[in-house]
Amino acid sequence: MCAKQVKKEPRQVETTGHQWDGIEELNNPLPRWWVWVFYATIVWGIGYTVAYPAWPLITGATPGVIGGSTRADVAAEIERFDAANSAIKAKLVAADLNAIGSDPDLAGYAERAGAAVFRTNCTTCHGSGAAGFVGKGYPNLLDDDWLWGGTMEDIHLTITHGIRNTTDPDARYSEMPKYGVDELLDATQIGQVVEHVLKISGQEHDAVAAEAGATVFAENCAACHMEDGAGDRTQGAPKLTDAIWLYGGTREAITYTVTNARFGVMPNWNKRLSEDDIRAVAFYVHSRGGGE
Amino acid sequence: MTQPDTDTPSLYQAREPIFPRRVKGAFRTMKWWIMAVTLGIYYITPWLRWDRGPNLPDQAVLIDMAGRRFFFFMIEIWPHEFYFVAGLLIMAGLGLFLFTSAAGRVWCGYACPQTVWTDLFILVERWIEGDRNARLRLHRQAWNAEKARKRAVKWTVWLLIALGTGGAWVFYFTDAPTLLGDLLTGSAHPVAYITIAILTGTTFAFGGFAREQICIYACPWPRIQAAMVDEDTLTIGYRDWRGEPRGKQDVAGNGDCIDCMACVNVCPMGIDIRNGQQMACITCGLCIDACNDVMDRIGKPRDLIGYMALTDEVRERAGQPAKSVWAHVFRPRTIMYTVLWAGVGVGLVVALFLRSPIDINVTPVRNPTYVTLSDGSIRNAYDLRLRNKSGDDQQFGISVTSEEFVTLSLEGAEGLIVTVPANETATQRVYLTAAAGSEAAGDDRSDVRLWVEEVGSTNRAHLDTVFNGKEDGDD
Repeated sequence: MCAKQVKKEPRQVETTGHQWDGIEELNNPLPRWWVWVFYATIVWGIGYTVAYPAWPLITGATPGVIGGSTRADVAAEIERFDAANSAIKAKLVAADLNAIGSDPDLAGYAERAGAAVFRTNCTTCHGSGAAGFVGKGYPNLLDDDWLWGGTMEDIHLTITHGIRNTTDPDARYSEMPKYGVDELLDATQIGQVVEHVLKISGQEHDAVAAEAGATVFAENCAACHMEDGAGDRTQGAPKLTDAIWLYGGTREAITYTVTNARFGVMPNWNKRLSEDDIRAVAFYVHSRGGGE
Repeated sequence: MTQPDTDTPSLYQAREPIFPRRVKGAFRTMKWWIMAVTLGIYYITPWLRWDRGPNLPDQAVLIDMAGRRFFFFMIEIWPHEFYFVAGLLIMAGLGLFLFTSAAGRVWCGYACPQTVWTDLFILVERWIEGDRNARLRLHRQAWNAEKARKRAVKWTVWLLIALGTGGAWVFYFTDAPTLLGDLLTGSAHPVAYITIAILTGTTFAFGGFAREQICIYACPWPRIQAAMVDEDTLTIGYRDWRGEPRGKQDVAGNGDCIDCMACVNVCPMGIDIRNGQQMACITCGLCIDACNDVMDRIGKPRDLIGYMALTDEVRERAGQPAKSVWAHVFRPRTIMYTVLWAGVGVGLVVALFLRSPIDINVTPVRNPTYVTLSDGSIRNAYDLRLRNKSGDDQQFGISVTSEEFVTLSLEGAEGLIVTVPANETATQRVYLTAAAGSEAAGDDRSDVRLWVEEVGSTNRAHLDTVFNGKEDGDD
């Protein structure tokens, strides 16, 4: 462990001619390895732009010799996942709708896939939590009130064909008359029937007007909403006696509904989603708390 | 540009080979024992079995990466309990602080894997090539059949030890007997082979060739240790006030050191302890053994080289006796490290025994906070995560207590019982419903407590959460 004492003169290196407070800037050469690494990066960069898509052209870019494509990578990745899921998808399509929940594999897949389908396609109207937009006509899917039925079959049918759309002939259809606009009822009658609806839904009302409204209701509304106001799911006629109001349950909101009618539309998803996705999202919706 | 100077000293120093001589003595014996125990623990532990029932691994110590589980005899650590591992690391750190402040680089000298394996490799080297002088001769002589044979045998044995080292490592991560079979038939996972290859290579290179270079140049620990060593820390030193001037024993005026170079020849780091404290010394104690042996033979008192603290040097130079070892070891600094170390340890043990047998977690669904049902009642949803840590399917009963009346129901289940498969975590959607007009339905926020109990045992756990009602003014 005896380090030799090395005594030598400082090396002669050119200066750049700059001086600050007597401190000279030496023009030391760059370390050899540093220079070579620098050249290597240039060579690498040129090679890279030849090998991969790089130089912009007017309508695109040079494709590159190796021709890598991130889009193709993503497509291949999607294909890989589809292939990996194909067995469980086939099983889901073949399964009885009501048996999905009792098979842990299917239920697990349907829950996750359904959540993804829901987030992508359904949240625009029904909200990311599936709570809809109450009062705005977008139904809450979490509650126990269903316009067109809340069984797995009903939900599956609704998602497949949609509601009141013109793009699927199998879409379920119904239309409420515009009692006010089309002058089917006068303002007094509308006022009376609104009081009746307030009464059967357990809200504050004018008892005298409601009495008269009962007759108006029986003549005009009961065909769809039933005599007791319980609604009819085969026609998508809402139950009027409960606490849930798609377009609001206040006197003003009901008056507007009777006068102008409502016409909620849902697209048919059979053209945009595969059967396994429809089944998955139906299961997802059914298991949010409202499923029947 | 100027021409590079021809006499510029190289930035790199070529390694000078070191040929430690065989030595006998107390420290050497202790090092043999430590080597046997540490290597024994390392190689044997993966083969210990521990019965945990039919569905869990029966390996006593197992880091199950795929199952995200750590098994240590009767203890089972899940990923969410990783703080136990963090706690053990803190204890290991504090333990090193304690030992370093008390006795310097004891870790480096006795217990560090680099030291232990290098020691083993040097032992193998001595068995095959002979002691220091024979090895020196072999090193200097030209290549011939003898040299080639000895080198080949030595490297083969080293390689086998290295292979065993890398091999033992992977057994900690999967069932050892199964993996050994797979390794031998070539059907083990590539990761196992790659890991073994890397560890074999590093053990071979570090233990056989790099040796002290790792300690001097590569290891950060000696640099950190400097901050933990103080003037009361026991380190190995040479009593130059007794030994100098070194030279022939019979010459009047000479000290006790006869300059026999025994301390230098046995040193695995290739240093001369008589130059004083130095960075490369790992305090392995072999120079003490070597010097004591010589002192015994020439009839001089032992401990010309020995463990002492810096304060002892001052005292001894002044003719006073050195403080006792215990006076150096027990001082505020080491006592504080011990208290901290023990505190973390006690904390971990307490935490281990206080672990709830039931692991649950609840997330109130906030989107939306509540749902109005057709009869006007208000319902909240919760995602309840139940973890079944046992090897069997387990049923959990769910119930609720709250000041204001709410009813409980489960998604997809008729009753209030959830079955979670063995070793799995299940998420169950739980509903609490407050009747229309009830207090909970009208309150912005009510406290509720969910109870989960294992069916068929007395284990139960609870979670506090809130119920959101429909405030006046809400739609």
